[in-house]
Parts: sequence; C-alpha cells; structure tokens
Amino acid sequence: MKRILALLLALPALAFASGGGVQLDHAPVNLQDRASLQRGAAIFVNHCLNCHSASAMRYARLEDLGLNEAQIRDNLMFAAEKIGETMVAPNDPAIAKAAFGVVPPDLSLVGRSKGADWLYTYLRSFYRDPKSKTGWNNTVFPNVAMPHVLWEFQGVQDLEVTKRMDPNTGDEIVHSKLVLERPGKLSRLDYDQYTADLVNFLSYMGEPAQTDRKFWGILALFLLAGFAVVSLMLKNEYWKDVK
Amino acid sequence: MAATTPKPPVTGFGPLNGILTWVDQRFPLMAQWNEHAAEYYAPKNFNFWYYFGSLAGLVLVIQIASGIFLTMNYKPDAASAFASVEYIMRDVPGGWFIRYVHSTGASMFFICVYLHMVRGVMYGSYRKPRELIWIFGVLIYLSLMGEAFFGYLLPWGQMSYWGAQVIINLFGTIPFIGEALAVWIRGDYNVSDATLNRFFALHVIALPLVLLGLVGAHIMALHEVGSNNPDGVEIKKDIDPKSGHARDGIPFHPYYTVKDTFGVAIFLIVFSVIVFFSPEVGGYFLEANNFIPADPLKTPEHIAPVWYFTPFYAMLRGVPPMFGSQFPGVAVMGAATLILFLLPWLDRGRVKSIRYRGNKYRTWFTLFVISFLILGYLGVEPTTVWGEFSKGVPIVGGDYIALWVARVLTVIYFLFFLLMPWYTAHDNERPEPARVVW
Repeated sequence: MKRILALLLALPALAFASGGGVQLDHAPVNLQDRASLQRGAAIFVNHCLNCHSASAMRYARLEDLGLNEAQIRDNLMFAAEKIGETMVAPNDPAIAKAAFGVVPPDLSLVGRSKGADWLYTYLRSFYRDPKSKTGWNNTVFPNVAMPHVLWEFQGVQDLEVTKRMDPNTGDEIVHSKLVLERPGKLSRLDYDQYTADLVNFLSYMGEPAQTDRKFWGILALFLLAGFAVVSLMLKNEYWKDVK
Repeated sequence: MAATTPKPPVTGFGPLNGILTWVDQRFPLMAQWNEHAAEYYAPKNFNFWYYFGSLAGLVLVIQIASGIFLTMNYKPDAASAFASVEYIMRDVPGGWFIRYVHSTGASMFFICVYLHMVRGVMYGSYRKPRELIWIFGVLIYLSLMGEAFFGYLLPWGQMSYWGAQVIINLFGTIPFIGEALAVWIRGDYNVSDATLNRFFALHVIALPLVLLGLVGAHIMALHEVGSNNPDGVEIKKDIDPKSGHARDGIPFHPYYTVKDTFGVAIFLIVFSVIVFFSPEVGGYFLEANNFIPADPLKTPEHIAPVWYFTPFYAMLRGVPPMFGSQFPGVAVMGAATLILFLLPWLDRGRVKSIRYRGNKYRTWFTLFVISFLILGYLGVEPTTVWGEFSKGVPIVGGDYIALWVARVLTVIYFLFFLLMPWYTAHDNERPEPARVVW
C-alpha cells in the first residue's frame, strides 16, 4: 500500500512526462444545429453502436433533436425493440474483448470525459501502422485498440516522420505529420464535417440537459435579479434608522 | 403539578398573535426568538466579510435539501452507483438541477467557509472570550472536509475511486497501526462496494448530524458572548443605561435579517450562473475524469483532489519521504489543519483587528494568505508545472521548482502560527478606538 501511495504521488509527473503534446483542433460544436445533431445520431447508430453502447441514452430521448417516434424507429433503432430502451450494442462484450483486448467503452459520457476537441481530433488522426494489431494507430491515442472504423469515408492516412538536424544546437528535430495516402468516399472538408456532426452528437449525448438548463438559467437569473433589487431596497429602508 | 403563571400574550404579530400565544405558553418560542434574533444585539459596523457566516448556513440547508432528493434516486452499490447518477441526470425530472445544485453547493460551501475563516483571523474573532466559537468552527471545517471526502466517492467515477484510494492510503502510512487502520476504514483490502456503502452512511447520516450539532453549538456560543466586528471593539463595554443595550449594537432582526437577505440574493445569482451555465467550472467543481466509471485496474494519469483540499495536498507532496515512508508528509498535512485549534492561544496582540495591528502582523498575515493560495494552485497542477532547476544549482539542482516553492510556502504557513506569540507581542499596534468606526 505504501508503495502504491508513493507511486500515486509521483504519477502526475510521470503522466505529463509521457503525455506527448498533440495539438487538439477546435471542434465546431453547435447544439442549436439540429440537422447536424440528427446526422451525428445517424452516424453514431450506424458506425459506433455496433460495438460501443451508450447505456445511459434512451432512443426516445432523440426526440430532443426534433425527431418523432416513427422517424426514430425507422431510421435509428436497429438494436432495440422499444423506444424507451437505452442504446445497448448488440455484440457480446466477451467476444469484443477477445477481438480487441478491451471491451469497447460505453460512450454515453465520452463527450464530457474526453471533451469535444479531443474527440474531433482523434477521429481524424488514424493512420496505417503495420506494427499494430489492427493495422491502425492514432496520434492522439497511441496504440489505440480500435481500428479506423470510418476509414472508407476518410481514406487512408500515413504518418510521415522527418528528422533533421538543428543547425545551431546540433540536436535532432523530429517532425511528424499525417498525409492522406489514399482518399476515401468523402473529401477532406466533407470528412471534417462528418466527424464534426458525430462529435456534436456525442457532446449532446454527454449531457442532454445542456440546452434546457440554459433556458431555466436565464429565467432564474431574471427572478433573482428582481429579488436582489427588492431586498436591497428593503435593506436600505430599514438601515436608514441606523445612526 | 406545579401551578404555572401563564406568560403574557404575544403582541406585534397581527392576526398571528393568538396562535403564537398558544404556542408560546407551551414552548419557549418568544424567548428563543428574542435571544437569537429580535433582541440579539450585533455590532452595526459589519462589512462585506460578514455575509459568509449566514451564507455558509444557507449552503448547509441547500445541501441537505438537495441531498434528500438525490438519495431518493441514488443507489449506493458499486455495480449501479455510477449509472444511478446518470439516471438522475437524464431520467429523473429536474434531476440534473438537483445534482448540479449539490455538486456546486459542495464547492460553494468551502468558498463560504474559507472566507468566513479568513474574516475570523483578520478581525481576531477567535480571541477571548470567543475561543470556543473558533474551536467549534474548526471542528465544523474538519467535519466538512470529511463530509466532502465521503460524498466525493459516491458518484463512483474514476476520480472518486482513485481519490479515495489515495486519501485512505494516507492513513495507511501511520507507523504500526496504519495498514490495519486503512483496512478498517475501507472495510476491505481495496476501495470496494463495502467502502461505498459505509461512505454513503457517513455522508448522508453521520456527518450531517455532526455538522448540524456543531453549527448549533457555534451559534449558541456566539450568541452567548456576542459578535466581534471589523474594529475588534467590544460593544458591550459601552452600554446605554436607558435602553440597557450596547450603543453600537443593533437588533439582529430586522437589521441583519434584511441585510443578509440581500446577501442571499447576490449569492444565489452567482450560484445560479454556475449551476445553469457552467456546472463543471472548467473541471474545478466537476472533473472530466469523474465521468468515467470507476475502474480498479486502471489508474488515471493525473490524480488531484478537488480544489478545496489542494493546499494540503501540495504540502503533502512537498515533504520528501523519510525512512521509505510518506508518513512525514501526512503528519505535516494533519498538523496544518490541527494547528488552527491553537490560534486563540498563540495570538498575544493587544488589539484584535488587523485595522489596528502593526506591520509585523500585517506582513505575516499577507504572507500566510498568499502562501495558502499558491499552495492551492500548486496542488491542482502536476509538480512539473514550473519546470526544473538546472543541474548546476546547489542543493535544489535538478529538482522540480514547484516542489521547492511548495516547501518554502509550507514553512511560511507554519511560521505564521508558530512565531505568532513573538511577532504579535512586539508589534507597533495602534490603540483601538473606544467605539466602532461608523
């Protein structure tokens, strides 16, 4: 136990030493854009939900995105019987674990735990790596267990590593960048939009109450501002007598 | 049965006089009301800092009320705790509101308590005859730390789990009894379902009862001796013979009830901005890693306690292990909280308030506050945050800069207390005025 404690106290230092330093791209999240959220939901149920569950998310909740029950049933519900069910992946976790080495994590809250920028960059940073088990690797999540599920849309990227000598110090400078080796079904810009839609949906799903709470917040602030004014007037009225 | 002389009827409450008289003749209603509100004379010169006592009380009520509703839907079970929190967030009507009120309330409680404490230090509110108020207050602070720690495990996220793991292991470093003590706290060899169950019991029943009792004692002691004020002048020294009340005092009700009501309004505005627009507060109130379910096999990359514990965490990290044990760091951390109890007896100043203190006290107080704030910042960040000293520097060469800064600040924190008997006894204080400044 003491050794664990010593390890835990040293951990932050270790983590930051090995954390890499991949610059994350800014995800264009817009929860008001219902069309984008609906497209994102469709991408999610078609490509992610085969392996990843979203066990806190009910299909019926997709009505938040401006869809009606029939639309949800016909277009988005492939793995459930009742609209009130949660999004559970149809695969067997044990088989998934045997195939990938890990059970694919539940994605209900991934928008909150990883953040939109991380997801947006991650989904666009897969590259071919013959040394890895799946043949894929990722610059944001090194040695990730998941293969590039969306490769047919993005195409195939390679990691191009160039090394050169700093002329002043003589140190070696390693520079790596992702290059599109073989284009996919979508252009670069279209794939960016495609992943942006998915990330938009994941951000919404992380906290479906997000849009609602801001509305109530504005209402609450109006009421409280009134309360503050009245209580200040009352206070001043009483305190006039204090000499 | 002894004959009782009926009390005079209650007056001044309009249509309620009848019912209040009925109650008052069977219960010390008006006596309590007068003792604690209508005839409790408080100094008239309370300033901004005096809002935070009543606001801390308000947050306690908010936490109890929101906590009751959370308990209706939360499941203290390692297999379903995490999912039950998400159930509250998504499926319980208004559940997200209840949960965010509670999570925001936890941090706001500490903000109020810290501001309330620094007020007490600044104006010497712990000095005779108010030592016991201060001691009850420190006990409230310690109970609140326990309450926050137990509550933080309940969402059963990664930070909940590993934060509890680290803190319980701190007890494990105590020589001889440590290991057994840690097992006793956890109820298991690891943080597990057994730990979650007992933490739930402690969080929802044991510590709230302790807190309520202590808050009651804190207020009773306060009303026994009377409030201090920003000038540190005892208002009871100047009684108006006609009224029998202090000339600088005003009845708590209505003057401070209306003033505190205004404070409540402003506080609730700040509270609402957080709850409705930014409940995570950039990861300081709700950490991103805690949205990942607890996994005993996977240690998160960066474990840091919630902001209100970080000054002490920075002290812990700053103390190097001795004889292969982290215990010295743990002892320093414990001493940093326990030393607060001694404050009333360390201070030998002739005046109470910082307004009339000399330069020595003011310098030490400023250093103390700055040290505590920087320690808090360092506890949030990894030790690498400010880089390393270059290898050639004597003693500190190659070490993390932040680590040494934390060490120096920890020493300043303790010296503020330990040197207090000397620097307060020989300071160029100014005489207190006879009456409060108004």
